Amino acid sequence: MAKRLSLTLGSLLFNWPVKQWVDFYARIADEAPVDRVCLGEVVCSKRKPFVDDVTLEVVDRLERGGKEVVYSTLALPTGKREIRDIGDMIQAGYQIEANDIATVHLLNGKAHSVGPFINIYNEDTLALHLKLGATRICLPPELPLDSIRTLAKGNEAVEVFAFGRPPLALSARCYSARAKGTAKDACQFVCEADRDGMNVETLDGVPFLAVNGTQTLGFVVTAAVRQVEALREAGVVSLRLSPQTCDMVRVARIFRDLADGSTTPEEAGESLSVLHLPGPLSDGFLRGVPGCTLTEVD
Amino acid sequence: MTTPLELVCPAGTPAGLRTAVDAGAHSVYCGFRDETNARNFPGLNFDRAEMREAAAYAHAHGAKIAIALNTFMRAGATDLWKRGVDDAVAAGADALILADVGLVDYARKAHPKQRLHLSVQAAAATPEAIAFYRDRFGIARVVLPRVLTVEEVSRLTAHAAPCETEVFVFGGLCVMAEGRCMLSSYATGKSPNMTGVCSPPSHVTYREDRDALVACVGGFTIERFERGEAAGYPTLCKGRFVADGAMSHLFEDPVSLNAVALLPRLAEIGVTAFKIEGRQRGRAYISTVVRAFRKAIDAMAAGKKFDIDELRGLTEGQRDTVGAYKKTWR
Repeated sequence: MAKRLSLTLGSLLFNWPVKQWVDFYARIADEAPVDRVCLGEVVCSKRKPFVDDVTLEVVDRLERGGKEVVYSTLALPTGKREIRDIGDMIQAGYQIEANDIATVHLLNGKAHSVGPFINIYNEDTLALHLKLGATRICLPPELPLDSIRTLAKGNEAVEVFAFGRPPLALSARCYSARAKGTAKDACQFVCEADRDGMNVETLDGVPFLAVNGTQTLGFVVTAAVRQVEALREAGVVSLRLSPQTCDMVRVARIFRDLADGSTTPEEAGESLSVLHLPGPLSDGFLRGVPGCTLTEVD
Repeated sequence: MTTPLELVCPAGTPAGLRTAVDAGAHSVYCGFRDETNARNFPGLNFDRAEMREAAAYAHAHGAKIAIALNTFMRAGATDLWKRGVDDAVAAGADALILADVGLVDYARKAHPKQRLHLSVQAAAATPEAIAFYRDRFGIARVVLPRVLTVEEVSRLTAHAAPCETEVFVFGGLCVMAEGRCMLSSYATGKSPNMTGVCSPPSHVTYREDRDALVACVGGFTIERFERGEAAGYPTLCKGRFVADGAMSHLFEDPVSLNAVALLPRLAEIGVTAFKIEGRQRGRAYISTVVRAFRKAIDAMAAGKKFDIDELRGLTEGQRDTVGAYKKTWR
């Protein structure tokens, strides 16, 4: 019989106020059928101090809720302090999800997870990361199912980005600040206003991207509903659900049911699309077509 | 200054390579005509025989040749990249420019003595990331991402030793961390990491709209040039968008990088090599830019001042920037 697919709640990519952050994870701890929760600021280290004081409390709550907690690290660390913080987390003995090769270096062979921000596109590179201590690897969101089939074979380590706005790019420049006529150093945390990212439209008003500080995401919402069965058959062990402001407990239940075969992809797609999503459902990357391509409905 | 400064110049074609060498390039970089390199454009690049001849030409004129295999190997098709590495070594490459750590690992094992450079597409932006590639794979030089300030370049260069650093000083400017950008993949299905292209011409369309020329990438309208306005190439991150109710060049203005004014400072902090972007550029452009930069570098080496203004006006749309080198860019 095929193995049970586990669910991972990815690290929150957006800047939510502390109260919303705490409430969100409390509900996840109590109600969401996810196995693993990634905590930690991935996009901008300036946001980190806000939740530092409440993190231990949230970790405790999640663990009491039976979740495995993993600490996700910055995707584009550049400063000395940022690197020191990552080193401190490793020293403290937390389970780490590395999102940058610097973190892999600091881990020095210690068992860890790899997040979707490290470039693993082929079986050689994947094998190398397993040798370096990776026990779970979330693949980059642009990989098509064909590649995933090759990568997931025989290692029980591969996780696939299955829900949420797809992360597309990182920069040193803050576009949330730039859109408000300011710069990163004087940002006043304007990114907090856009809790699913700031929508970006083309010149003729077509929704295109979303900006989250230094990060750019797709406007669409990735939803691998039609591919869950194929992913399981390929040997994928976990689906990653990336937090948006919609009801993530409901999202987790939909994917749990889908993974257990107790709902169909059509029903799951319908259930997802009635939630307050920031954009339409898409599975373009998985199908090997432009990532903005929407999921076809019957 | 311990090592002489090196001017690293683009070579999109065999003729372009000869032009760059003749104009004074200390070294040239180029790639095979397939998806193994990040400038996989029609009409560009080298077949195997051309590569051997190019290496011979460079060597005969005292220049070095670096061969870029800087995309990420496709799952199930890694042989294409590995064969590329073998053929580049056989062609006489002085260095290979690699981004995929799996390919770096292969190159190091298959060719233990081959000099390896880490491509900008690997986006190694910290001393720890550089140490990872230097200590495990003996990377001899790292091409630094274009998202760093001069202060960060200085710190990285100090930490990287004995690994050398190379920085971009002129040409196109990626505003996203290189090798970690999927905008093109999202809009067109063709990506720098997987196919070696960004905002490819095959997915660009133009249409007339009243008095303006409108440019689309993957069907998304990203630029509008009024009549008489210079129409630059529509790259996704340099387009005009609407966010928060306002229209702007949200990510970056259509500017290109020109760090010529920073050359003395970059040399002082120990950067080994200055790189000019533009394998897709014509020979006249390459010749002019390479000559001007070589003159500047020779002047610096002789302890003399050089004329910065000579390099102005060569940039796209006549507008340039020092980009992320200056902290306020962020």
